[in-house]
This record gives sequence, structure tokens and C-alpha cells, in this order.
Amino acid sequence: MFSRSGKRLGTLLALLVVAALGLVACGGGGDSTPTHAGGSGATSTPAAGTPARAGGSGATSTPAAGTPAKGDSWAPRNLKVTLTGSGASFPDPIYQRWIEDYRSVAPGVTINYQSVGSGQGKNDFINGVTDFGGTDAFMTDEELARAPGTLHIPTVLGAVTLTYNLPGVEGLRFSGPTIAKIFLGQVTSWNDPAIAADNPGVELPDQDITVVHRSDGSGTTAIFTDYLSKVSDEWASRVGSGTAVQWPVGIGAEKNPGVTAAVQQTPGAIGYVELIYALANDLPAPAIQNAAGNYVEPSLESVSEAAAGFLAELPDDLRVSITNPPEGENAYPIAGFTWILVRSEYQDEAKAQALTDFLYWALTQGDASARELHYAPLPDPVRKLAIEKLGQVKVNGVPVFTPPAQQ
Amino acid sequence: MITMEAGSPGWAARLRRRLRDGDVPFRFLAAAFATVVVALLVAIVGVTWQGSASARAAFGLRFLTGTAWNPVAGQFGALPAIYGTIVSSAIALLLAAPPGIMIGVFLSDLCPQRLRWPLSLMVELLAAIPSVVYGMWGIFVFVPFFRSVIATPVSRALGDTVPLLAGPVSVGRGLLVAGVILAIMILPTIAAVSRDVLAVVPNHQREALLALGATRWEVIRHALLPCARAGIVGAMMLGLGRALGETMAATMVIGNTPRIDRSLFQPASTAASLIASQLPTANTELHSSALVFLALVLFLITLLANSLARLLVWRVAGAAGRSR
Repeated sequence: MFSRSGKRLGTLLALLVVAALGLVACGGGGDSTPTHAGGSGATSTPAAGTPARAGGSGATSTPAAGTPAKGDSWAPRNLKVTLTGSGASFPDPIYQRWIEDYRSVAPGVTINYQSVGSGQGKNDFINGVTDFGGTDAFMTDEELARAPGTLHIPTVLGAVTLTYNLPGVEGLRFSGPTIAKIFLGQVTSWNDPAIAADNPGVELPDQDITVVHRSDGSGTTAIFTDYLSKVSDEWASRVGSGTAVQWPVGIGAEKNPGVTAAVQQTPGAIGYVELIYALANDLPAPAIQNAAGNYVEPSLESVSEAAAGFLAELPDDLRVSITNPPEGENAYPIAGFTWILVRSEYQDEAKAQALTDFLYWALTQGDASARELHYAPLPDPVRKLAIEKLGQVKVNGVPVFTPPAQQ
Repeated sequence: MITMEAGSPGWAARLRRRLRDGDVPFRFLAAAFATVVVALLVAIVGVTWQGSASARAAFGLRFLTGTAWNPVAGQFGALPAIYGTIVSSAIALLLAAPPGIMIGVFLSDLCPQRLRWPLSLMVELLAAIPSVVYGMWGIFVFVPFFRSVIATPVSRALGDTVPLLAGPVSVGRGLLVAGVILAIMILPTIAAVSRDVLAVVPNHQREALLALGATRWEVIRHALLPCARAGIVGAMMLGLGRALGETMAATMVIGNTPRIDRSLFQPASTAASLIASQLPTANTELHSSALVFLALVLFLITLLANSLARLLVWRVAGAAGRSR
């Protein structure tokens, strides 16, 4: 159809250039693909010079000899191995950063993490496709039954913040029941007494509220609806919590940018986004009332404090929702852990060693980069428990990692 | 080709022979690929059938009429998604077909020679733009424009009397705006294919009418369009197929709410957008199974649309006496 004349080649090329430029301009953002191409995934061999260990037969391995030294002198074992993981997209930026940084610490270890979503990550892990999984929602008992012995290692904390667009009004704050009423469709105007009660002295306009929620299933939605279920019985019975729910009102938008765009384009709109997204994009994050009665703005510190507020009732397996913490004067109430899923029994010793080394390194050395990317680090007591969990990873019943004595 | 001496008679004969000798292997190869397509189709149906087993067991045909989509309670009904898919695609086809065909006529018969190629190229380029770009453009440019200039005034003026146009418009994302974005997306497909089928209408058809003293419009009306009717229907169906299966752009502008509302300004959801948004994080077996079931339903809708198109093309082609 096009091959009538060579003259047209010039036009074609010019248009192609224009199109290419256009595509480059629009191509930014989107999902982040893992930066490391997988090497030899199957052939993982402990490099020579590592602590005396029989290569294949794990039964004869002696774990005590040469496991990490104590304190600051700790260094990962010299291994040559590829680890594969997949899961939650929320912690993907920090995981990629840790993986990148860890390459200079342990050059032989290649780690791939694909952000495919928590649900897919759990499935991959349960089906044995990956060496580790990432998830924002801890495994249900039913899922645990399909992958017995799965350990939940918390890595960082995430939080959800409200975002709203009310021209001329700034610095609003909300209590849990008010938020629930807004998202249930019972509070439909900004000058509703419920909002006014949370914001004494603020002139509220007679403007309709437009609710914006995530349309894609997400851990953000899970944390948010979990919080609403705790502060509102009606929400718990009518809607419930999960990565995707049947919203009583509102409009669905894709991911954090979609919600933000919808809110910013619509006067009177309110939605929720991940805290890291709000901080990175300088979105105002309103204060939320916590169980202690204080209105607390979301910050890395107040989110970490939410986790600390749950220490008293932290279950042994670290599977816990930390929304609406019972304690903590300055705890921000809409927060949650994100976990790495690890098996308690591995076949491949080198993989188990490399994975525990990496996680120990991330838990002890990763805070600075986490803060830089707006992730709230674990409170120290939780970190200690997470590191203890690493000691439960075994090959043929023999632990592969002995946590160094902690200060 | 350049090194070959066109003058040597032996070369052409040898080439022809070789091509003929290649008949058998080529035929085999082509048949093999055709078989692969069929096998792939069977495999896809098989996988979706198998994957939807628990949802089919739980809901059966009620799935098609159910209106709740509640992952928490484990209740899934496909009707809102089916409604959203069909209505948004119908709007798209309704809006895109007339201008698409007119663009085709313009490019094949009315356009000055110098403009024809650049314009054709641009139409084809438009067809090649990834749908996510249309979606972005929709979110940041078109939806705000549509909301303030069209949706809000229209719903304010007519919303009370015409339920189809009832407000509130709020964010502006909804069924109608998704249909318009889809129309823009399928317009180049319809235009490009229409142009191609119009371009192959034999010139003597035009000349015959012109010789009878017909005007340009009469030539188009009585010679061009009837001759190319089958192909134009094909072009429309190609566009419809794209609209039905479109995921990204629809997801970004439709408002993703699996709910049936009488107003076209309210958010809705399409089958493809629902699957794309929820499958990666579907936590329960039943949830993912319901999404796979929805995929099967979408597959059937597409199949139905294609069969309908085939039927239409056959009938139209029969009426036109296979004059192509």
C-alpha cells in the first residue's frame, strides 16, 4: 500500500522521528522492571574459600563454623548465587535500591525482585516458583497451610494518607469514624457536622464530596479498609477489608497517580494514597485521629510509632495488622508492615545462606536508604524479632544463619 | 536484485522453477502455522474453562446476570462489566464509524495528491499509538475538557429529564467519556482500512458513472460505497474488536466501578479493565476464578461480535454481487 514511490520515504522518516520523540516524552513512569538480568538460576555453587561446607550434601554441613562474626565486623558469606523473588509493588523501590547496594557488599549474589503485586507474589512463593516472596498482606491461615513453615520477615512500614481537593481550605484533619462515613457515602458535603466537629474554627464550604478510590487491587486499599473496619462497625459489616472491596460510593482510579490526578482535577474530591507517594510528590497529608485521641500527621516517625504501639500484642509469627494502634500518643493510625516471605526449610544451601545474609544486611544497614525513599524503618524491637526469625531458616534441619549478638 | 542480470533468460526460469518446487514445503509450513492458531485458540479456551471451574460451580449462569462484585464477600456477577463493555464499545463504534468512513473516502478519492501520503501516514501512525498514551491523554487533557465543556452543562440542562444524561459529573470519568476515547482510538483503524478497500474499487466503476454525468457525490454514493461495502463493514468490525478488548485506555478513563447506572456520565467498568485491575492481587481462589470466568465471557462476546460481522459481510457481499 505504501510502496508506490521512494519520495515518500522522507515524509515517513520525518513522521517517525516526531512519533519517536512523542513516545519518549510519554514513556516515563510505569512499572519498574528489575534491573538485574537473571544469571544462572539453577546452578548455585558456594564459592571456594567460604566456611568449610560440603557443596551438595547438606546433611554433613556444619553451621556453627564460620557463620557471621559479631557486631560491626559482620560480613556476608562469599557466595555465588542467584535469588529470585516477586511480590508487592509498594516496597519495590526500596527493594531495588537494597539489591543495588548489596551488590557492592556481596558481588557474587544476584537478586531479582519483580513487582507483580502481593497476591501474585504469594502465589509464586507458595508454588515454589520463587526463592522469596514480598507481600503487603500477610498470608492467611489457609495460605499458610499450602506453604507450611513460611516465615514472615517484616522489612519496612507503609502508611496510607488521605488526599483531598477543597479550594481555599487547608490543614483539615479527620477522625476515623468521619472517614468511614465519607467513604460509606453518609457524609456527602464538606460542611457536614462530622467534618466540622473534627475541624473546629474552620470555615467549610457547601461543596459535594466526591470519593475517589483505587480500582486496582492493592495493599494500600487493604490497609485503608482494614483501618476503616476497625474504627467503624458499619464499615466492617457492610464492606469489610481486602485488596479490593465493593465500594459503596465513589469512582475508581488506577494506582496512586490515577487517584491523585482524579482528586486534583475535581474540587471537592477526597481519596487515599500511599504515604511514600504523597511525600515524594509533596501532597498535603491531613492529620488523622489515633486511638489515643490525638490528631497525628503522617511522617516516618509517627508511622514507626504505630508499629511500636503493637509490641505488646505482637504475635510470634509477626503476622499483624497495625492499623489503629491501641498505644502510642503520636502513632499514625493507618499504617502497615510489608513482609518478605521466606521458607523455614530450603533445599539449596547457598540460596538459603545468601538470602539470610541479604535480609540481615537489609534489616541492619538498610535504614538510611529506606528513609531517603520515604519508607518508615522498623522500630528496634520489631527489627530484633525479624532478625531472630532469620535464625529459623534451615537446610536439612540445620540452621544456615546465626544472628550475631545484638547490642 | 541489483546484481542479477535481468536480461539473462535462464535466471528467471530458474527462479520460477524454484518457487514452484517450493510449493510443497511452503504449503506445509503455512498449514502448520494455521494449525498453531487453531491450537492456540483451543488452548486459551481450555485454560479459561479450567481456570474458571470454581466460579462456574459457584455461580453458573447466574454469573451473567449477577450485579454484585464483592471480593470480600465472595460474590461475583458479570452483568455490570458486560454492560460497560458493550455500551462503551457501541458508543465508540457509533461515534467513529461515520467520520472514519468519510476519512477513508477523502483519502482515496477527494484528497489532493500531494496531501494524500502525509495524511495517510498520519492516520496509520494514530492507529499505532499505544493505548496507555491515549489513556494518559484522556486523564490529563480530554477528561477535564469533556467534563467542564460538555458533561457538566449537558447534565445540568438535560439531566433531570433524560436519565441517560443525569449528573453529578464529579470527576468526569465515566462510560460516555470512555466511549469517546475508544472512538478516537478506533477511528484510524476504520479510516485506514476503509481507505484501502475504497482504493481498490476498480476505476471503471467511477468512470462509468462520471460518463453518465454523475457528480462527485453521486459517484461516491452509487459506485464507491456499494462496491466497498463489505470491506467497510470489515473495517468497522475491526474497530469494534479493538474497542471490546481495549484494556488500558478504558481502565484509565471509565472510572472502574462495577455498577450499572442509568446515566452515561457515571463511572462504569469493562470486562477487560476489571480483569486487568484485579487479577494481579486476587487473594482468593474464587476471586481469581471469577476473573477468569469473566475473561471467558469477554471471549464469547468478541466471538459473537466477530460472527455477527462475518454474517453481515456475507450478506452485504452477496447483495453487492461480489463485485470486488
